[in-house]
Amino acid sequence: MLYAILCYHDEDVVNAWSQAEDDAVLAKRSQVTDPLAAAARLGPAVRLMPTTAAVTVRSGADPVVIDGPFAETKEQLLGFYIVDCATLEEAVEVARRMGVGETGAFEIRPVKLHLPSRLDASGA
Amino acid sequence: MTEIGWIDGMLRAARPAAMAALLRRFRDLDRAEEAFQEACLRALRHWPAKGPPRDPAAWLIMVGRNVALDEVRRRARDVPLPEEDALSDLSDAEDGAAERLDAADYRDDILRLLFTCCHPALPATQQVALALRIVCGLAVTEVASAFLVSAAAMEQRLTRAKRRIATADLPYATPGAVERSERLGAVSAMVYLLFNEGYSASGGTAHVRAPLCAEAIRLARLLLKLFPAEPELMGLLALLLLQHARTPARLDAAGDIVLLDDQDRAAWHRGAIAEGLALLDKARRHRRPGPYQVQAALAAVHARAARAADTDWAEMDRLYALLERMQPSPVVTLNRAVAVSKAAGPDSALAMIAPLAAPLGNYFHFHGLRGALLLQCGRPDEAREAFGRAIALARTPAEAAHIRAHLDRLAGG
Repeated sequence: MLYAILCYHDEDVVNAWSQAEDDAVLAKRSQVTDPLAAAARLGPAVRLMPTTAAVTVRSGADPVVIDGPFAETKEQLLGFYIVDCATLEEAVEVARRMGVGETGAFEIRPVKLHLPSRLDASGA
Repeated sequence: MTEIGWIDGMLRAARPAAMAALLRRFRDLDRAEEAFQEACLRALRHWPAKGPPRDPAAWLIMVGRNVALDEVRRRARDVPLPEEDALSDLSDAEDGAAERLDAADYRDDILRLLFTCCHPALPATQQVALALRIVCGLAVTEVASAFLVSAAAMEQRLTRAKRRIATADLPYATPGAVERSERLGAVSAMVYLLFNEGYSASGGTAHVRAPLCAEAIRLARLLLKLFPAEPELMGLLALLLLQHARTPARLDAAGDIVLLDDQDRAAWHRGAIAEGLALLDKARRHRRPGPYQVQAALAAVHARAARAADTDWAEMDRLYALLERMQPSPVVTLNRAVAVSKAAGPDSALAMIAPLAAPLGNYFHFHGLRGALLLQCGRPDEAREAFGRAIALARTPAEAAHIRAHLDRLAGG
């Protein structure tokens, strides 16, 4: 079974970390993830930019674009896509097209750091 | 990270919202600060054992208010303060408060707190000092060292500033749309000023003033969170991030400023650049350009060029022309002339700055640029004269040294 581990924290606190503090946290994490990567048991990992860089696309007959992160608490996080787009506008267009005629929402967050999948393709 | 470390980070992050709500409650900066300090002390006592509350700002506001109320009651009836353990279990009340106090409730309070600090009755540097102390929560000694004055002198300055504000009539009603946007403009200008106070530092002052840039970025981020659909706030944060990204390459080993052309671009902070570009991209979608967005776009042209020689000077010229239309100023034209000299040659640039001789006659950079352009046009005698004037107007040894190098080269050739 593949598991997604989602990272939650107060971004104001994390943003205030010094480079040294940030590096220390990443180094501590990689002690756990490095062996998984070596065993081809680590999928893609991403670090997102702060929510100030986010926009949200509300699905519907004609999906609506709103600045800022997805703020409702009624819905749950069900999945995500990673797309490569030249501009935010292009990414918004992808989300709009996916959301036509649906309910729910897509939050678009620029990716700060992307570590590609190290999963063994045959094993998964 | 130590336990106190995480509490400290939470208190810092919660400070603007909590201070803002307490200011609205007490309508007095000193009382709001006292209440906040007391609430922080209680947080340090309670949070390690109980864990952090779900909404730290709401907790601090609640406790800050109660503490102040207890104080009033104690004075009135002379009843003893409740014992530490008897301090009402806040969890129930806190849940209600956390639900009521979402971002929209904090929004105008925080804007008011920031706007209070940049009251027009205060000179610009006092606005910045007050914001650092009140909103960012820097200790008086930290603010003092950032401004290179003694703690006693800074304490006095802050007291004077607060007294001035107290006598001014502060608007506590919820602002209308026009008023809100005026406040946002004033607050944005103060945040940019704060950033520049940190950014313009060099040599021995660089390391004590660098935190000012980080605080300015924090405030710009806070503003954008409160007003997520304002493209100029996206532009402001993008501008600060793109300029801040160059910090590691801006000073040489001796602490002297390294010009953009000569900086080691590999040392630029890639993460900050990526975020700045993403914000600019987001702002552009609104098709409502403004001065901060254009300035961010100018910084982005540099950020995108792998080498100084790769800079898209035609784009720089176009952006400066746009900025000139939005904010006509001889200094903007002077900066545009640099782009023009690279894109179209020194003659066009000289023609462009000729009308600036009167308004910028006492401006170091005007004579410095004029000298450099004359030199490129093969007019060394006039160049020497312009450089001479520039040196006479230099404000720092670094500026003078930079021009002296030009003169030495002239003498050598």
